Amino acid sequence: MGGIPHDKYEPKKGFETWLDKRLPIGRLMYDTLMIPTPKNLNWMWIWGVVLTFCLVLQIITGIVLVMHYTPHVDNAFDSVEHIMRDVNGGWAIRYIHANGASLFFIAVYMHIFRGLYYGSYKEPREVTWIIGMLIYLAMMATAFMGYVLPWGQMSFWGATVITGLFGAIPLIGESLQTWLLGGPAVDNATLTRFFSLHYLLPFVILGLVVTHIWAFHTTGNNNPTGVEVRRTSKEDAEKDTLPFFPYFVIKDLLALVVILAIFAAIVGFIPNYLGHPDNYIEANPLVTPAHIVPEWYFLPFYAILRAFTADVWVVQFASFITGGIIDAKFFGVLAMFGAIAVMGLAPWLDTSSVRSGRYRPQFKWWFALLVLDFLVLTWVGAKPAEQPYSTISLIASSYWFAYFLVILPLLGVMETPHDQPQTIEDDWDANKKKIEPAE
Amino acid sequence: MKRIITFWIFLISIFVNNAVFSAGPTGKIENIDFSFEGVFGTYDKNQLQRGLQVFTEVCAGCHGLKHVAYRNLGDPGGPELPPEQVKAYAAQFDIYDPELDDERSAIPSDYFGDSMVENAPNLSLMAKARVKGPEYITTLLRSYNEEEKEQAGSVLYGNKLYPGGWIAMAQPLWGDDVEYMDGTEASLEQQSEDVAAFLMWAAEPKLNVRKETGFRAVLLLMLLSVLLYFTNKKLWAPYKNKKA
Repeated sequence: MGGIPHDKYEPKKGFETWLDKRLPIGRLMYDTLMIPTPKNLNWMWIWGVVLTFCLVLQIITGIVLVMHYTPHVDNAFDSVEHIMRDVNGGWAIRYIHANGASLFFIAVYMHIFRGLYYGSYKEPREVTWIIGMLIYLAMMATAFMGYVLPWGQMSFWGATVITGLFGAIPLIGESLQTWLLGGPAVDNATLTRFFSLHYLLPFVILGLVVTHIWAFHTTGNNNPTGVEVRRTSKEDAEKDTLPFFPYFVIKDLLALVVILAIFAAIVGFIPNYLGHPDNYIEANPLVTPAHIVPEWYFLPFYAILRAFTADVWVVQFASFITGGIIDAKFFGVLAMFGAIAVMGLAPWLDTSSVRSGRYRPQFKWWFALLVLDFLVLTWVGAKPAEQPYSTISLIASSYWFAYFLVILPLLGVMETPHDQPQTIEDDWDANKKKIEPAE
Repeated sequence: MKRIITFWIFLISIFVNNAVFSAGPTGKIENIDFSFEGVFGTYDKNQLQRGLQVFTEVCAGCHGLKHVAYRNLGDPGGPELPPEQVKAYAAQFDIYDPELDDERSAIPSDYFGDSMVENAPNLSLMAKARVKGPEYITTLLRSYNEEEKEQAGSVLYGNKLYPGGWIAMAQPLWGDDVEYMDGTEASLEQQSEDVAAFLMWAAEPKLNVRKETGFRAVLLLMLLSVLLYFTNKKLWAPYKNKKA
């Protein structure tokens, strides 16, 4: 696969040859597993395998949960308690599934920020990046609908608030919201369709993941130097790479097992730490919780949604020139989706010819600030909408957009990058010499 | 090797540190050392039995416990009543059986049922539905100040912990509300702690087995990580220490 020269699949005699002529599945597996992988990949390149594991884990635990869950407003909450109390190992399956969502999102944020730092989104990997963004969007939709299924107070009111966003769209908003909910408010019709889609979307994600892997197997992996693997000959390519199996399979497995040990500790000792106590109260349309807070992984974008209030001049300006069509609520919705859209456009917004942040002295600082910004947004997203949090979230949201729309385009022109190594082998050997005397 | 050991020590120290477990926003909730806190904490069977007694003789007059069945009282990791006692406990209650269209005395497979009084919340998940649930319940029961007021036709009772300072539930525990069968002194402090522990069990009946399984899983995965660490090191050695 891909343009990197490497050993081709040679079917051994007998069955393998017979099958290869009819269904080249052995060839497909060989090419996928033996892909030449830059040998200088660091530990930030393990998250892809962690994410694949998460997807499989969520699908398997989810399928088992469905066997015992009842998607009806009268029974959903009680059926979850039935799983927790009466189903053999049910408590483990449910806690793994609920915390598995958090692991999934930690991994995806690590994966995305790794891509942003090492320029993995840049030519020729734009399609991989875009598919990745689609996966991320599908993950958010899946997680959101999954959180509604236990039918607790946060399930119900979270669903009410988030679907209300669609109601903010001018003209068609209200009809769209009614259509999505299956009625004027969150009710049984909403629960059953969310259940159906929560089961469907993971398989859409699975398809997208296969496409994502296919795309980067065509371009080859990026690596910490951002320098491409030499394709001049098989010998040159082999100096820059090692086959994925066994070298990276074992390395990624080591990382996965370490992460799973931490995950097991969370599930075993503090399984409700990341959840909200209100979701252990059955949904009640007549009682609104004091604070409606989404799950932690939505908080950065929830903060952006709430940052643009009616007193912000950008909002007032947008409202003025559109004759009031864009009000504060709709502006917030646009900002939230826009925050993800600008990230998706990074391949075209970043004008630098240097791929890896390692060789970009100014970029490094702006990137570090972006990571900090993301953490600030996560923190402020859980705070009530009052001062000083409103100002903080406005500043943090503005930086998010400034990074992608202003800093990335300008830096490429203004910054003088450091020298990059000629080849991956040079980088590898340079690191080796530093370590060798100590060993 | 040093690196992975340091890494594990660092992580364990974070986990063992109580800060992770006691993080909560409200300062007014009393800090109580329940037996089921921490990595190795489990329920105290005797405390759960005392809590069951307080629940039965005091709380159950108004509050339900609808997700808990009488048979659960005999489950491992709970109050662990012997089978005869579970049967006898259930038999105290009459329940309506739709198949008979009549009342009959309850059997172990029946459930505690919902609240008897409108607006009295069902308590089967209360200990998980509040921040620091068991400590919240204990403190709430100790925070009455014997004040009363009438508002919109109903009486409210002064409680320092409850949001707003007034709660619709009259002070349920005063001290010596029950006579403990194991001879423990039934002070307000003791009873409130016991019933909170019982409600925690009602909300999270699999806590003991969860922690045990979790501990085993962590140990096994740590062991596997050490094995994989050496495998990985050996696998990469020829490429990392190439003799020049």
